[in-house]
Amino acid sequence: MKRLISLFVIAVLVLLAGSPLIGAADFDYHLVARPLAGDVYAFIGKTEDFDTDNGGNIVNTAFIVAPQGVIVIDSGPSLRYGRQMRQAIAAITDKPVAMVINTQHHPDHFLGNQAFADVPIAALAETRNGIAADGNAFAENLYRMSGDWMKGTEVQLPTRTLTEGRFDVAGRKLRLVALDGHTGADLVIVDEASGVIFSGDLVFNGRAPTTPHADVAHWLAALDQLEALTRDRGFRLLLPGHGAPATDAAPIRQTRAWLTWLTATMRDSAKAGLDMNDVLAQPLPPEFATLPVAAAEYRRSVGHLFPAAEREALGAGR
Amino acid sequence: MKYPLKYPLTIAAIALAALMPLADAAALDESGDPLASARWSDIQKQYFADAPLVFDPRVKVLAPSTAENPMQVPLTVDASALPGVVEVVVVADFNPITQVLRFYPEAAPAFLGFRLKLQQSSPVRAAARTRDGVWHVGGTWVNTVGGGCTAPSAGGASRDWQTHLNEVSGRQWSEGPNAGRIRMRIVHPMDTGLVAGTPAFFLEEINVTDVNGKRLMRVQPYEPVSENPVFTLNRGVDDGEVLTSGRDNNGNVFKARIAQ
Repeated sequence: MKRLISLFVIAVLVLLAGSPLIGAADFDYHLVARPLAGDVYAFIGKTEDFDTDNGGNIVNTAFIVAPQGVIVIDSGPSLRYGRQMRQAIAAITDKPVAMVINTQHHPDHFLGNQAFADVPIAALAETRNGIAADGNAFAENLYRMSGDWMKGTEVQLPTRTLTEGRFDVAGRKLRLVALDGHTGADLVIVDEASGVIFSGDLVFNGRAPTTPHADVAHWLAALDQLEALTRDRGFRLLLPGHGAPATDAAPIRQTRAWLTWLTATMRDSAKAGLDMNDVLAQPLPPEFATLPVAAAEYRRSVGHLFPAAEREALGAGR
Repeated sequence: MKYPLKYPLTIAAIALAALMPLADAAALDESGDPLASARWSDIQKQYFADAPLVFDPRVKVLAPSTAENPMQVPLTVDASALPGVVEVVVVADFNPITQVLRFYPEAAPAFLGFRLKLQQSSPVRAAARTRDGVWHVGGTWVNTVGGGCTAPSAGGASRDWQTHLNEVSGRQWSEGPNAGRIRMRIVHPMDTGLVAGTPAFFLEEINVTDVNGKRLMRVQPYEPVSENPVFTLNRGVDDGEVLTSGRDNNGNVFKARIAQ
């Protein structure tokens, strides 16, 4: 009987192997540029975690069609993504890409850089250092999570350093605001002509925030500055790093609420004498439990943030 | 086909198992290991030889099924439902150093929380020996990206840890849902010796006693216990401050009081 079953299983396997449904099909991210405001477009990623179905298309990237060329904001999670992004941009405009800007050093924001190796790639100094230090480890991890979508992807380092303040590129006036808290350096770009603010991963909309390199106190301070920017007369639209664009500061408040709850939970749990496994087992409050990937991000964040809360709570010993 | 990749992989795994010679498959069944680990028969020989052994649900081993950080995998061992536990050994089947920790509950119940380093996804088990000499085994699988045993300790990057080596901080809780709990953290790099140029350097004995000198528990950590280890004990009764003392494998000793 066992042999019969194994023969049947092998037969099914052979049939499936011949089917075009196997594997991640054609590795097409189906990127379609979504107009945000005027000549500003975005590719909106899914509010999921990296997997072999989405190929890492979980991030928002964007571009501005400026008078003398295209300004690309973040390049996505893989070489394939970068190439497909460039094709999708070419479907909108004949202008050449003038510059790529990486808003921070997490892999979904820069691993498409290879597709733009012929143009300047710019980032804050700390972001450049982060990509140089952690880039290969990040890429390795994405090969593990996204599989063959990553084929051929290697780290392409940024080639220029950005600093805070006015920045004229391709005939466009941008305002660069250097913040931190999600990572050691988080760049916010304000495009004054269109009124669009590109917040990078300082803001998550309708998706639980990630915290592997977070300094939450700094992050909350950065959110206050961002919210102030949305009160400027010219503000029209906020593009978060993950989740839908918004015409108000609601996603900023949502991100702040999650982070505030998360840090309070870590602090209170440590004070109450909970072990890390006790903290992991706690149910999420209803207002956060329904956010996409909330349970997974909570679990990851406990690993990132609880040890520090614990150290503080146990600090009284001799 | 929502999961075009994962589904055939599962089928492939089943097919592979089906292709094994029937004798091997039967041996796997007979090992009785609920975690179906290929390493179990070796682990059993190495740690328990011919001693009587049962898989026992009263030995609870709690860990996240997916651990975010392979250098800090939280583990809670609770064998307090099993009477007469004199020794507990914690083992990770697929670690390069399989022995993680031993503890000897005396006045305290057979309960200990701590964190460990995992080199790859692995079963993590606790075996509790009762007075009659029987080993009672519980365990769970932990999935992780791995590399936890061969990555340098974070503190090793700075010289800061040297001035704080063996510093103990801790607290006891006398009210609330965690009344009777002791938590303590010890500053120590817990180097495994598997990082080139960094010899094994780890805490190997920790004693916890009450003010009258009655021992609550003795703990023997090994290399896989995480850097700057944090231990959670349940004292049960609420009976004044506790004293903790111990040493590492280089002979550095510590002594501290944990106030109530």
